Amino acid sequence: MSKPLKKISLTKLLHQNKNKWSFIKLRQFYQSLEKILKETCSYAELCTNNGHWLDYTGTEMNSSCFSCSSVKPDCVCELTFSFSQLFEGPVFFYYGLSNYYQNYRQYGVSKDANQLSGDTTYFLSPQDTCSPYQYDSSGKPIVPCGSIANSKFNDTFKLYLMVNGVKTLVPFDGKGIAWWTDYNVKYRNPATVNGSLAKAFDGTVKPPNWPKPAYELDPSDAANNGFVNQDFLVWMRRAALPNFRKLYGRITGGDYSQGLPAGNYTLQINYNYPVVNFKGTKKVIFSNVSWMGGKNEFLGLAYLVIGCLCVVMAIVMLIVYAKYKFSDDDDMQ
Amino acid sequence: MGSVLSACGLNFKKEKVQGERHLRANDREFNLSFKYANNAIKTSKYNIFTFLPLNLFEQFQRLANAYFVFLLILQNRHKNDRQVNNRKVDVLIDGQLKNEKWMNVQVGDIIKLENNQFVTADLLLLSSSEPLNLIYIETAELDGETNLKVKQALTITGDLGDNIDRLAAFKGEVRCEAPNNRLDKFTGTLAVEGQTFALDNERILLRGCTLRNTEWCFGLVLFGGPDTKLMQNSGKSVFKRTSIDHLMNVLVLIIFGLLACMCTILAIGNGIWEYQQGSSFTVFLPRQEGADAALSGFLTFWSYVIILNTVVPISLYVSVEILRLGNSYYIDWDRKMYHTKSDTPAQARTTTLNEELGQIKYIFSDKTGTLTQNIMTFNRCSINGKSYGEVVDFTGQRIEITEKTEKVDFSWNSLADPKFSFHDHALVEAVKQGSTEVHAFFRLLALCHTVMPEEKTVGNLYYQAQSPDEGALVTAARNFGFVFRSRTPETISVVEMGTNTTYELLAVLDFNNVRKRMSVIVRSQEGRLTLYCKGADTIIYERLHPSCSKLMEVTTEHLNEYAGEGLRTLALAYKDLDEAEFQAWRERHHEASTALEEREEKLDAIYEEIETDLLLLGATAVEDKLQDGVPQTIEQLSKADIKIWVLTGDKQETAENIGYSCNMLREEMTEVFVVAADTAEGVREELVNARKKMCPGSPDEAPFQKSRFGSKKPKLVLDEKADGEFGLVINGHSLSYGLQKDLQLELLRTACMCQTVICCRVTPLQKAQVVELVKKYKKAVTLAIGDGANDVSMIKAAHIGVGISGQEGMQAVLSSDYSFAQFRYLQRLLLVHGRWSYLRMCKFLRYFFYKNFSFTFIHFWYGFFCGFSAQTVYDEWFITMYNLVYTALPVIGLSLFDQDVNDRWSFQYPQLYSPGQQNQYFSIKAFGKILLHSCYSSLILFFIPYAAMHDTVRDDGKDIADYQSFALLAQTCLLMVVNLQLGLDTYYWTAVNHFFLWGSLSVYFAVSFTLYSNGMFLIFTSSFPFIGTARNSLNQPNVWLTIFLTTILCVLPVVALRFLLIQLRPTINDKVRYKVRQAKAVLPPPVRRFPRRRISTRRSGYAFSHARGYGDLVTSGRFLRRPVKSRPALFPLAESPIAENSPQTYRNIGEGMPSS
Repeated sequence: MSKPLKKISLTKLLHQNKNKWSFIKLRQFYQSLEKILKETCSYAELCTNNGHWLDYTGTEMNSSCFSCSSVKPDCVCELTFSFSQLFEGPVFFYYGLSNYYQNYRQYGVSKDANQLSGDTTYFLSPQDTCSPYQYDSSGKPIVPCGSIANSKFNDTFKLYLMVNGVKTLVPFDGKGIAWWTDYNVKYRNPATVNGSLAKAFDGTVKPPNWPKPAYELDPSDAANNGFVNQDFLVWMRRAALPNFRKLYGRITGGDYSQGLPAGNYTLQINYNYPVVNFKGTKKVIFSNVSWMGGKNEFLGLAYLVIGCLCVVMAIVMLIVYAKYKFSDDDDMQ
Repeated sequence: MGSVLSACGLNFKKEKVQGERHLRANDREFNLSFKYANNAIKTSKYNIFTFLPLNLFEQFQRLANAYFVFLLILQNRHKNDRQVNNRKVDVLIDGQLKNEKWMNVQVGDIIKLENNQFVTADLLLLSSSEPLNLIYIETAELDGETNLKVKQALTITGDLGDNIDRLAAFKGEVRCEAPNNRLDKFTGTLAVEGQTFALDNERILLRGCTLRNTEWCFGLVLFGGPDTKLMQNSGKSVFKRTSIDHLMNVLVLIIFGLLACMCTILAIGNGIWEYQQGSSFTVFLPRQEGADAALSGFLTFWSYVIILNTVVPISLYVSVEILRLGNSYYIDWDRKMYHTKSDTPAQARTTTLNEELGQIKYIFSDKTGTLTQNIMTFNRCSINGKSYGEVVDFTGQRIEITEKTEKVDFSWNSLADPKFSFHDHALVEAVKQGSTEVHAFFRLLALCHTVMPEEKTVGNLYYQAQSPDEGALVTAARNFGFVFRSRTPETISVVEMGTNTTYELLAVLDFNNVRKRMSVIVRSQEGRLTLYCKGADTIIYERLHPSCSKLMEVTTEHLNEYAGEGLRTLALAYKDLDEAEFQAWRERHHEASTALEEREEKLDAIYEEIETDLLLLGATAVEDKLQDGVPQTIEQLSKADIKIWVLTGDKQETAENIGYSCNMLREEMTEVFVVAADTAEGVREELVNARKKMCPGSPDEAPFQKSRFGSKKPKLVLDEKADGEFGLVINGHSLSYGLQKDLQLELLRTACMCQTVICCRVTPLQKAQVVELVKKYKKAVTLAIGDGANDVSMIKAAHIGVGISGQEGMQAVLSSDYSFAQFRYLQRLLLVHGRWSYLRMCKFLRYFFYKNFSFTFIHFWYGFFCGFSAQTVYDEWFITMYNLVYTALPVIGLSLFDQDVNDRWSFQYPQLYSPGQQNQYFSIKAFGKILLHSCYSSLILFFIPYAAMHDTVRDDGKDIADYQSFALLAQTCLLMVVNLQLGLDTYYWTAVNHFFLWGSLSVYFAVSFTLYSNGMFLIFTSSFPFIGTARNSLNQPNVWLTIFLTTILCVLPVVALRFLLIQLRPTINDKVRYKVRQAKAVLPPPVRRFPRRRISTRRSGYAFSHARGYGDLVTSGRFLRRPVKSRPALFPLAESPIAENSPQTYRNIGEGMPSS
């Protein structure tokens, strides 16, 4: 998939640099290769190695998100791409971060499980592990406390399909993207006070990075607020590895239940989340799943290779067994 | 005071070198002022007060923490000590005898001993019931010699008799040497009423001896408890550790090094990461104030020390002790090591040495009581050219004599010894028919000896023989109708076929080592003068009348046959004397015996004169009864490449003979060297010559093992190969030279090249020195086995000490690590229990390290992907439970039940034992392999899930590459892999193994689902953050595909490698296992073993005395016993099952144990 692409650019480059082959040229070659790959991937169409994805970090000058990459609130950028054929559904839309250490130990422990399960006694005195996002400068407890919550991913996306030159919104279904157990058991909102969730948060402050407090995360759906906000739940399930993707929404609605039809698309990004300063990248991924879970070629390849190896070994052993089968116990006595 | 101190075990005052000992009889206050040790002994290492500090110290040495196991041993030892310390004895206190416990006996006390009682402490003999203040003691416990010894009290004290008042008033003062370990020497003085008497060894009774044939005696306690020569000789109790323990200490150091290495790498990694990444990641993860990369790296180092500490096998020590304990119980419970006759089970008294039993290279064995039963039986005889004693069936085929074989009925002889058994009816017929030769034969046996009879009740005869052989012969004569009844200095009364006869005893031509024969000259009632002579066949043959030549030939044939069966032979001859001739000789004899110079030589010459032109009567063959199965056991052990050294206090001939009869010395051997030089140079020469003969190219310098570290330990001597099989016999004198510093290497090299080494006339301390020598210079595990107090030192010195239990005396058993009733159980102990224990221990260690390293290394790899932040891969609960719950039982099941082949196959192929000797299954090298293997496994275990989970999602698009799911996946993979590996390692599946393995896996899943359940979370919210993980990820196909792939990848290479190794380089183990499978577990019927017959050169077996006989005493009248009077038997006879069941013994002494 991406291999032919590489090959083409590689041969092209080899051809170009045929006569000036040297170490310096080799370095240039890699640099340009990297550039070509990135460019090809980022701007012309979706990268297709390991899913269909699109980098929107904006470190490149010609990226449409470049202007947003230096911290600027409420910056919006747009990316366009196309599908040449129907992208079969159900389609899942992810955001991906790289070089992001959600598995860093101090980061991982920086939360208060009791607080997040809705126990208001921990609202006023969050656990010490949340430090430095335990109390704000005025000494008020932060709810939800800790680094994980504070660093919640806050870019938002809108996907449009160009139908006859008209932008049509492709709706993301952001419901039911978190684990059932997280939504129903692990994370609970505090009991409402006089029917108001906000009142339950009285005496606490929002995490400093958050634009709005927890009870106003989703203005469109009152039930999707507080600790059981789906995006929050997804974020709180921290990743095992420094490169990870997280589900943003499903594309299942109406016309798109079969998948994303061929055509040109525009992705509108509310760029809020800074990753450039720690050499992280951000991307979006369109993916569908198979019977055995998400698309990952590794397992299939591994089974093929190991199966072959087993056959070879079996033959070798058969030969050994036939040839060297140890003689009876003459030397035992 | 001293007792209080020593009872607390705090008697460190011992450091003080004791000078001369000074004590007064019956004066406790005076004696106590010296704080001499009382009579309590302690072979256990700790008591209630010293347990903690000493044990902690030892634990520190072992880096182990299983003190509960030691508690068990402790109790065990204390029980035995208590048994000894609580024995009762009569002590004279305040003018009357009181029954006191042994441990309360103080120096200076006067105690009364009764027949068959153990001597309580080192005593000065005061008086006895016997005439001339003589007493008889048996010293077998002390030096292995079985003959009775005589001790005599001073006349001044002997006159006290059993008069309690006089004894209580006795005010003797003794000054003597300080406590020491010389058994054969004692110097001191006794001052009574102003007079001073010299005291020597003749007056001293040593603890460990047994009073025999003496109704009572009184003694003054000189040394008590730890000061006694017995305890002084027993060497100090050292804490024994196995070579695996030593190796473990090295490994623990290596592991600590490894841990430090890993932590350093990760800490440096963290420093770099913090510097490069962390500083810019502060947007999301702010630093603590004042924290920088260096500090973070430093803290990370310690965090990783905590996380990776699972490489340090703490729980291993607990498990090791558990399985050692388990394997010890197998020994205790083994019914095949239970001796029914003496009701003695095998006992593992130390539970920490089991695997060492599978690595024995040298066995040091005592002879008397260990290899032999200490019983002589009259087995065969040749009379006038006819051999008796063999049982043949109607076809003339020889039948093996078993317990069921019909015995000869001696009921016609009212004086017969009921314990005597004989199977050949022909001999009785011959006696009854009145064959003159047969009568003469038995008459000789009844007359020619120095045995003392004792007739406690009329017709109830007991013989006290100085040597067991003599006792056996006289008993034989008794049963065949020639009953030796009593003797006076001048006469011998015999009942010959029912008629009383008295012979006039004219002369006893006593035995000595040069003459190798003894004769008596008697005059019968009819006035016939006859000389009866018995002795070594070669010696007798030289003195025979030419007319006997034909009989000689036939008898020689018989003698060869007997010798071939390992019997001790004697030739018997007689000669009728002319009265005049005899009178002339008698005068010359009198002259010689009163000569002041060279009396011995002159006497020998006189004896020589008359012992000529003898007429051959026949020959006897006495069996020094080996314990059951000794030759087979020795054969098995030598097949297992174990070298056996016999260390015995016995004399050379006896030892050599036993060597042959139990198959250690063989006729097929290229040569049997005898080292018997009297100077250091001579010994060196003989040793070097022997070595050169065995291996002509042998270098003069000992081949030392290159020491890897410049260690202070003595270098190890490598094994040298001899061309052929050799044996070495070395006597005590030469041995003492050989053990000197400049010769010991020479001795060691020569001895280790021989298949068999026999050391004779060895003192207890020398036994220990020999063991120490081998321990010092050879990288080999040693085992010492013995039954008596004289073996204690070597039992303590060897890596493993084995005591033969079930007999009188406890000393050897007390200090042993294992004890059982019969030597033959040794093969089961080593070839089965030892081998299995070693196998299991090694398997256990290998597997344990593998599972813990694999577990831990994954953290290491994960460190590279989590910013070296000391993030664990697994759930904390899993980390806690991994060693404790999930993997604890299967591995214990493996190491308690596993066996490569069963016990019968183990016996069938003793070669299976050799891998243990070579340390093949667990060594530094094996450890390295495990390290590599677990490295590989951990790489697979981390990177396969990594690659499989990277960027993937659940089938409903939700998260599965989150930390918690990944942790669950990694730990499930790990558990699958280690359990499968366990399955691969298990050779022997029992229901328990299955239960543990499948049970543990099920428990894992059950526990996981429980810990990750809603309920647990709702109760302990912050403790169970993994809620729902199991449900959400274990229902995913790709998770299971990953688990399967990981498991396959981890296990396949192992399987492939093992298969190839078995095919290409099969070990002895593989071969036998292959054979077992071929045979479909049906063992070929055990080969019936008949006693191996040796077609051999004849060896003179004249070993019936250890020292010069009692001829002098017999004739001088010193030995005169008062006339027979009925005396109540003090102890019921034949209480001990041994005595009851043994066919016939010379030991006609009551076998009852002293009341204790």
